[in-house]
Amino acid sequence: MVIMGSNMAECHPVAFRWPMKAKLNGAKIIHIDPRFTRTSAVADLHVPIRAGADIAFLGGLINHVLNSERWNRDPFFREYVSNYTNAATLINEEYRDTEDLAGRFSGLADYVESPMWAYNAFVGEYATGSWQYDRGDGQAGPARGTQGQMAAGRPAPTAQTGETPEGRRAGAAGATGGFDTDYDALVRSLRTPPARTDPTLQDPRCVFQIVKRHFARYTPEMVEQVCGSPKAKFLKVAELLLENSGRERTSAFAYAVAWTQHTNGVQIISCAALLQLLLGNIGRPGGGIMALRGHAAIQGSTDIPTLYHSIHGYMSHPSALKEHETLEQYVRAETSPTGYWANLPKFMVSYLKSMYGAAATRENQFGYDWHPKIVGDHSHMAMFAAMADGRVRGMFCIGQNPATSLNASLERAGLRRLEWLVVKDNWLTETATYWHSAPEVKDGTVNIEDIKTEVFFFPSTQVAEYEGSFTNTQRMLQWHFMAAKAPGECRTDTWFYYNLGKRLKRAYTNSMLPRDQGWKNVLWDFEPDPGTEPPYPGEPDALKILREINGYYTDRPTEHLPGFAALEHDGSTTCASWIYCGCYPAPDQNLTAARNPDPPGQSGAHLGWGYAWPANRRVLYNRVSADADGNPWSERKRWVWWDGTKWVGHDVPDFAVTKPPGAPANPAAIGLDALAGTDAFIMKGDGKGWLFVPTGLVDGPLPTHYEPAESPVRNPLYPEQQSSPVLKYWRNDRNRLAEVGDPRYPHVITTYRLTEHYLSGAMSRWLPWLTELQPELFIEIGTALAQEKGIANLDRVRITTPRAEIHAKALVTNRIGVLDIAGKRIHHVGMPWHWGWMGLSTGDVVNTLTAFVGDPNVSIHEGKAFTCNVEKA
Amino acid sequence: MDHPPLPILPQTAVTTEPMGFYTDTTVCIGCKACEVACKSWNLLPAADGGVTEMSGDSYDNTRQLDGTHWRHVKFIEQFPTEYNGRWLLMSDVCKHCVQAPCLEVCPTGAIIRTEFDTVVIQSDACNGCRACIAACPFGVIGMNDVAGTAQKCTLCYDRISVGLEPACSKACPTDSIQFGTISDLRERAQQRVEQLHANGVNDAYLYGADPNGPLGGLNSFYLLVDEPEVYGLPRNPQLPTRNLMESAVLSTAGAVAAVGLGLVGLRKRRMDEISDERGATSDE
Repeated sequence: MVIMGSNMAECHPVAFRWPMKAKLNGAKIIHIDPRFTRTSAVADLHVPIRAGADIAFLGGLINHVLNSERWNRDPFFREYVSNYTNAATLINEEYRDTEDLAGRFSGLADYVESPMWAYNAFVGEYATGSWQYDRGDGQAGPARGTQGQMAAGRPAPTAQTGETPEGRRAGAAGATGGFDTDYDALVRSLRTPPARTDPTLQDPRCVFQIVKRHFARYTPEMVEQVCGSPKAKFLKVAELLLENSGRERTSAFAYAVAWTQHTNGVQIISCAALLQLLLGNIGRPGGGIMALRGHAAIQGSTDIPTLYHSIHGYMSHPSALKEHETLEQYVRAETSPTGYWANLPKFMVSYLKSMYGAAATRENQFGYDWHPKIVGDHSHMAMFAAMADGRVRGMFCIGQNPATSLNASLERAGLRRLEWLVVKDNWLTETATYWHSAPEVKDGTVNIEDIKTEVFFFPSTQVAEYEGSFTNTQRMLQWHFMAAKAPGECRTDTWFYYNLGKRLKRAYTNSMLPRDQGWKNVLWDFEPDPGTEPPYPGEPDALKILREINGYYTDRPTEHLPGFAALEHDGSTTCASWIYCGCYPAPDQNLTAARNPDPPGQSGAHLGWGYAWPANRRVLYNRVSADADGNPWSERKRWVWWDGTKWVGHDVPDFAVTKPPGAPANPAAIGLDALAGTDAFIMKGDGKGWLFVPTGLVDGPLPTHYEPAESPVRNPLYPEQQSSPVLKYWRNDRNRLAEVGDPRYPHVITTYRLTEHYLSGAMSRWLPWLTELQPELFIEIGTALAQEKGIANLDRVRITTPRAEIHAKALVTNRIGVLDIAGKRIHHVGMPWHWGWMGLSTGDVVNTLTAFVGDPNVSIHEGKAFTCNVEKA
Repeated sequence: MDHPPLPILPQTAVTTEPMGFYTDTTVCIGCKACEVACKSWNLLPAADGGVTEMSGDSYDNTRQLDGTHWRHVKFIEQFPTEYNGRWLLMSDVCKHCVQAPCLEVCPTGAIIRTEFDTVVIQSDACNGCRACIAACPFGVIGMNDVAGTAQKCTLCYDRISVGLEPACSKACPTDSIQFGTISDLRERAQQRVEQLHANGVNDAYLYGADPNGPLGGLNSFYLLVDEPEVYGLPRNPQLPTRNLMESAVLSTAGAVAAVGLGLVGLRKRRMDEISDERGATSDE
């Protein structure tokens, strides 16, 4: 098991029980990290690496694997890759790789901000047409399936429709059309010719050859230069992985936010996926790439999203910038005609029925016009950049503490421009008190009288004080019950939003404005049944919310949907989130509350414990745990197999249950019928695991090492392309970046969490039992740096970036230190970011050091790798 | 925060099989869940209300076992050079010695041996004389200022009396702390040592598991991979009475020597101050 981009023992100590159990059973744990942490302490091998160099390391592994004797000798690898990945697929002739263009892919263009919303912040953008499969029609394919970032700067001419009564009437009259759409015919019309392939994997334009060329320069020597990881240790990792992959064995990767919080975080994960596909470690027991999510329900918050760019079940959020004017257009733009996503019209219509209930009809496109549309990047940094410009009037802040968040002085500048702010939390957080206790107010830089924001504080319940579901990192929903009643007027988040929604509906009752029709028609009834006593006055019935999520037959609301296969696009089914459909299949069967583990000693999937979406599958794409003929790869790794008539096994098969392994693809069909018996990756249009990613990513079809936005060195791999050519950077006086190799900021710094505290400390710095365990903010520095700078253990030091200066105590240790990067001695330092000015344990806000730079795919910030200076204070 | 009274032992207490802890330090991840679970169950206050300073000794900020810290996780950094070494993590607790020095010296009989063969201080019978604190060769016991008595781990007597596992082992995510009958634990621990030896960890051994060893064996014993002293454990813990005469002589001699050294030290410090003052003057 490789843990990389994660400090699992410290940040996921409860889940870390299982790697330790595996270790007792003989598994080896490898930890690749800039620091020697509590995870490294129990790992079999710790490999130091510079923060932000992960793709160089993983790319090195890919290159090593492809050229290794073992990979080329054991037929397993070739068989897995040929059958289950897109290795054989040919890519367009126009495609040019980073190898051809000195670190860039074909299609790069300047980015022009949208006049509607100037906060998308791309420094460049790719036209992705040349990255598409060669379908033999001589045309670069459409860039279908991207999350809309490509079009972000291209406002649709009719985006304003619906904002005036006239516009709305036009819509209601059916001018937008589509209510009589035959969705099956529509989806069929989207079919394109199948991609050309070369099963021998020899064609220079096939994915396999492109991948080989792309990673050829990632040699062990280059890995050492870029990452600072000793070559011998790198090779040891490669050998262990190769030894432990194949028919009989599988290796797993685990990562967390130290892979995501980069300007190329998505590509780091994509790189691991590529490596794991090459090694045959996807879709098999003991394999995979485990995303360790941040807290108990963060997975749920992307499934039923608090994300701006998607709606329930990972459908794209309707956008004013895409061809999303009507429901038909939305379906046309978002549906893949082949693979399981061909069912998107059913998911979408059932979702709209859950939004607007009886008001959603075929005639009004199931209320599609009422649904809000996005106009650009509305993620955290974009919104705060806009807020700092006075473009945001009010904010509900629940479960977040932005006053201590990224480039925190910029975020607080945003907070100061708000007219109103609602904070709902367990304690008075920094965000609730920024207007009287933030450093800039305390030191007089900002005058308290000049802050006009009206701040409302709502006391919140703790999780044990109400019932509901968690969705954990394994996509598993687990119901939790109320253990104690909250004190005073503390209320749940569901209480807050439910009652807010009821008030808004009341407020809009008499509005004739088109934009308010959504609120008027939204289905909003989770009232407890008469005679039942809610735990708090006005608390909605949590099980009714779960029913809404699971779905029911529209005209028989007490009849729950058994699973997403039952969904229809005619409005007869209502389902908020198709991926959760089946978790509550009958009023007396809340499967999320099931607690039936398998008996000890069985290699089962514990299907009776909770409910994992989709369809209670525990290992995704598990068809590939059997070979092309449907037989288990080995007895030891038996998981799902073909018994002659159907797919069976320990898990719920992630495949059409009666489709034989030898079934050919049907070029005339749509959905799963279009895929062959070996097309195991059923959510992909071609049924293949993607080594090369033609659609869905905006920053390249293959992972490439770019330096972080702030780096002490020139990119050793591509000297002409320093950092991602399409990363996001929000220009602002408060958001300056250090130049490459700036001697004023010579050290690489990373930020992280400790077991003893939680996130910004909003929940932990108030608890004496926790604060005594980690009472003060510190910076971990190596002994060499301490000697150079004359810093002794526990000395007060000053840490500076172009954005801020903060102070902390030094913790001098050999668990972190000097790395040799591209011929330079680079000191690596690190800081936990749990502190702020409220609570029992207080300290400077580490996030004031970080910058508003982000990943172009998902807009996450780069808090894991930047540069700083450290001096004795 | 009031300490709950410890349960009064039933008069007809039936002796069960000896129970205790086996702590496998090789799977400890230093999460300190044991420390928090112990405090939570036993309602022990944080030091200074939780407003304290970091120690600078790795991630150890509670530093020791005492009257309000009945579990303590040690962080031992062994790194000769940067990125090169190991980090030993160990959750420490009362050893519940089979021949317990604290029990032997307690003048009021407040310290008793329970039916589980564990050692418990009954707060209501403790007069706070601190003899046990001095007698414990492991430095486990300390005064609890809230209760005004000497306190230490009870091996969750109140929990195990009703068939529950102690709070610390219950909370331990990796089963570094295991609770059970001593015979079971010894067997498990021995197997683990053999497994580690087979995997090339030849330094692994059990500390305190030998009934013929010091203090008749410890009902809380450890799997270690370095010398006992590295973990702050005595190599050969003794009952205080064994050395009563010897230690009396030694302590008298020691006191004399200490006074002598102290005088030398004072003189040395004064000399340094004088030379510093001179240096400062000459700099001007």
